[in-house]
Amino acid sequence: MLEVRNLKASVDGNPILRGIDLTVKEGEVHAIMGPNGSGKSTFAQVLAGHAAYEVEESSSVTFLGEDLLDMPAEERARLGLFLAFQYPVEIPGITNSYFLKAAVNEIRVSRGLEELDAMDFADQLKEKMELINVDPRFAERFVNHGFSGGEKKRNEILQLAVMEPRLAILDETDSGLDIDALRVVSEGVNKLRSENRAFILVTHYQRLLDYIVPDFVHVLYKGRIVRSGGKELALELEEKGYDWLRETEDALV
Amino acid sequence: MASSSERLETAKYAGSRVERSNQQAKDASEREYKYGWSSAIDAETIPIGLNEDTVRLISAKKEEPEWMLEWRLKAYRSWAKLGDEPSWAKVRYTKPDFQSISYYSAPKSQAKKTSLDEVDPEILKTFEKLGIPLQEQKRLTGVAVDAVFDSVSVGTTHKGILAKKGVIFCSFSEAVKEHPELVQKYLGSVVPQNDNFYAALNSAVFSDGSFVYVPKGVKCPMDLSTYFRINQENTGQFERTLIIADEGAEVSYLEGCTAPMRDENQLHAAVVEIVAHKNATVRYSTVQNWYAGDAEGKGGIYNFVTKRGKCLGDNSRISWTQVETGSAITWKYPSCILMGDNSVGEFYSVALTNNHQQADTGTKMIHLGKNTRSTIISKTISAGKSDNSYRGLVRVMPKAVNSRSYTQCDSLLIGSLCGAHTFPYIDVRNHSASVEHEASTSKISEDQLFYCQSRGIGPEDAISMVINGFCKEVFDHLPMEFAVEATNLLGLSLEGSVG
Repeated sequence: MLEVRNLKASVDGNPILRGIDLTVKEGEVHAIMGPNGSGKSTFAQVLAGHAAYEVEESSSVTFLGEDLLDMPAEERARLGLFLAFQYPVEIPGITNSYFLKAAVNEIRVSRGLEELDAMDFADQLKEKMELINVDPRFAERFVNHGFSGGEKKRNEILQLAVMEPRLAILDETDSGLDIDALRVVSEGVNKLRSENRAFILVTHYQRLLDYIVPDFVHVLYKGRIVRSGGKELALELEEKGYDWLRETEDALV
Repeated sequence: MASSSERLETAKYAGSRVERSNQQAKDASEREYKYGWSSAIDAETIPIGLNEDTVRLISAKKEEPEWMLEWRLKAYRSWAKLGDEPSWAKVRYTKPDFQSISYYSAPKSQAKKTSLDEVDPEILKTFEKLGIPLQEQKRLTGVAVDAVFDSVSVGTTHKGILAKKGVIFCSFSEAVKEHPELVQKYLGSVVPQNDNFYAALNSAVFSDGSFVYVPKGVKCPMDLSTYFRINQENTGQFERTLIIADEGAEVSYLEGCTAPMRDENQLHAAVVEIVAHKNATVRYSTVQNWYAGDAEGKGGIYNFVTKRGKCLGDNSRISWTQVETGSAITWKYPSCILMGDNSVGEFYSVALTNNHQQADTGTKMIHLGKNTRSTIISKTISAGKSDNSYRGLVRVMPKAVNSRSYTQCDSLLIGSLCGAHTFPYIDVRNHSASVEHEASTSKISEDQLFYCQSRGIGPEDAISMVINGFCKEVFDHLPMEFAVEATNLLGLSLEGSVG
C-alpha cells in the first residue's frame, strides 16, 4: 500500500531525511523509533505533505498506486492518508463536529459520494465517540481549543476514527500522556486496527508498544533506517538505549 | 427657479452599454463580486452639481412640506460652512468632486405607484436576482423588506401585519407625508445636521430611506429589513434611516447593500439615527457588500456613513452588529449615546478588507447615565494590499457612576502586504468606572492551514474556516439568514488571496 524509496528531504537547505526505504502493506503496524533529531517527525510530516520540506527529485513515494509526492496535503488525505499530530493545532470558533463534517464531506465528494447531512453525520460521530470512549461534549467544543494535552491526543484519535483512513501515521501520540491516558488512546487505536488499514507509529519510547503491538519496528538514525525487525527490536533498544546505536552506527561512518 | 420638469434629464441606458457593462462585470470575474451587474431601467437623474437650488429641486420632486425643505437648507448651509472633508481617518483616496455628482436619481416608472404590483418589473427582477423577492407570493417569511433602488424606496412588504401591531415601517418620504409629527420630533435628534461633513451633506440631499416606529410595549412581530441598491452611474446614494422604539418596544432591523461594478468611484453617504426609549431594545444588523473596486483598486464605493443610536430612557439597549466586506473606502462608526440609567450599548463588528480596500471603522460609546454598560467586539481581517483600522472611543462622563465598558479588538492578517491598526481612545471622567481594553493581532498560521489540509480541507476552505471561527463571537449576534450570508461572503471576498 505504501512504498517509500530513497526518500530524501531537507528544510532550509539542511538535509534531514537521507534516503529512507520502507514498505507498508495493508493491515500492518509499523513502529518508527529513534533518538531525538533522527528525523522521525519529519518523516511523518513529509508523508502527510507539509510544504515546508523540500523533497529531492530522486525520491519516490507511492500510496495505493498513486504518486504521493505530486499531491498537496489535502489530496493525500482524501486518498486515505491520515496524520495524528504530535502538537494538534487549535482552531478557535470552529466546533469539532463542524470541522470533522467538513473533512468527511471533502473526502466523500472526492470519491464521488454524496455529502452527509448534519443528522447523518451526527449519528456517525456519536457512534465513533462511543467506540473510542470520548466525552460526547467533544463534538461541540472548538477544535483543540482549551483542550489539555491528553484531550488533544484523544481528539486526534477521534478524528482518525471518523475519517477512516487506509493509512494512519501517529506522530508521537504517546508524548505528554500519563499512563491512564496512554491506555485510553492505545485502546482506541487497537479498536481501529483492521485488515485493510495500516498504521505507522512514530515514537520515542518503547512504552507505547506495550499497548499497541507492532508487526515491525524500524530504527531511524540521522535520517536513515538503520535497523528493522520485529517487536523484540523495540525491547532490545529499550534495554541498550540509543547510545548503543550511536556507538555502532557512528563507527560505520 | 426653473420648473423642475425642465431641469430633469432622462438617462437611458442604451442596450449596447448595458451589455458592455455586464461583459466588463463578467471579465472582472463574477466570482469576486456577484452583484456587479446593472439593470436597464429608465431613470430620471437630475443634473450634476450641488447648490441651494439642487436642494430645493430634490425637495420639490419629493413634494415635501415647507418644514422639510427648511431643514434641508439649514443642513446645506452647515455643509457649505464645514468646507472640507474630515482627514483624520487612516485612508487615502482622491476626494470626490461634489459638483460632479448627481444627487437624485429615480426609476422613471416609479412615480405614484400605490402598490408593489405596479412597480416596474425590471426593478422587481433586480431585487429578485439579489435574493430579495418583493412580490406577494414570494416574500420572505418572517422578514418585512423595504427596498431602496438608487434614490427611492420602491416598496415595503408586510405592511398589513405590522400595522395591526401599530408598527410603522415605510419609506422615509412616506413618513414625511404621513407621520410628520414623528419625523419632526426625531429627525436630527441623534445626528444633528451639522454633526460632520458627510452627515450635513446627507441632511441636505438625502433622497429616501426607511422609517420605523414601534409603539409603546410592542415587540415587533418580525425582523425589518432594508435593502439598498445603487444602480445609476455617477450618482451618489444618500439614504436616511430613522428608527424609534418607544417605551418597552423591541425591534430587530437588518440592512443589506450592493452596487454594480463600475470603474469610477461612487459616493454613499448615509445617516442612520436610532432612538430607544425606556426599556426599549433595538438591534441593528448590517451586511455591507458595496462594490469594493477591482483587484488593482479601480472603482468601488466610497462608504462614508454616520450611524448613531441614543439610549434615551432607563434600561434601554441598542446593539449594532456589522459585517463589512465591501466598499473601496469605509468610514463608519456606529455609536451609542448611553443617556438612560442602566442603558446598554453594544457593537459587534467584522471588517474584512482585501486587494486595495481601506477601512477605518469602529464605534463610540458615550456613557452619560448611571450603571451604563458597553461592549465592543471588533474583528478585523486584512488581506492583499489592504489597510484595516479599528478606531473606537469610550468616554465615561462624570455622572455615569458605576459604568462598565469592555473592548476586545482582534486583528487577523493574511499575507505580508496588508495592514491592521487599532486606535482606541479612552476618556474616563469618574472613579467608579471600569473600562477594559484587550487587543490582539495574529496571522493565519501555516500550522492551522496544514492541519486542515491534512484532514482533506483545501487551503481556501481552510482559510475561510479559520476566519469564520475568528468571527464567531460576532456572527453569533447576527440573525440566522444574515449569518449564513456573512459566512459565504467572507469566503467569496477572500477567494484568490491565498498562495
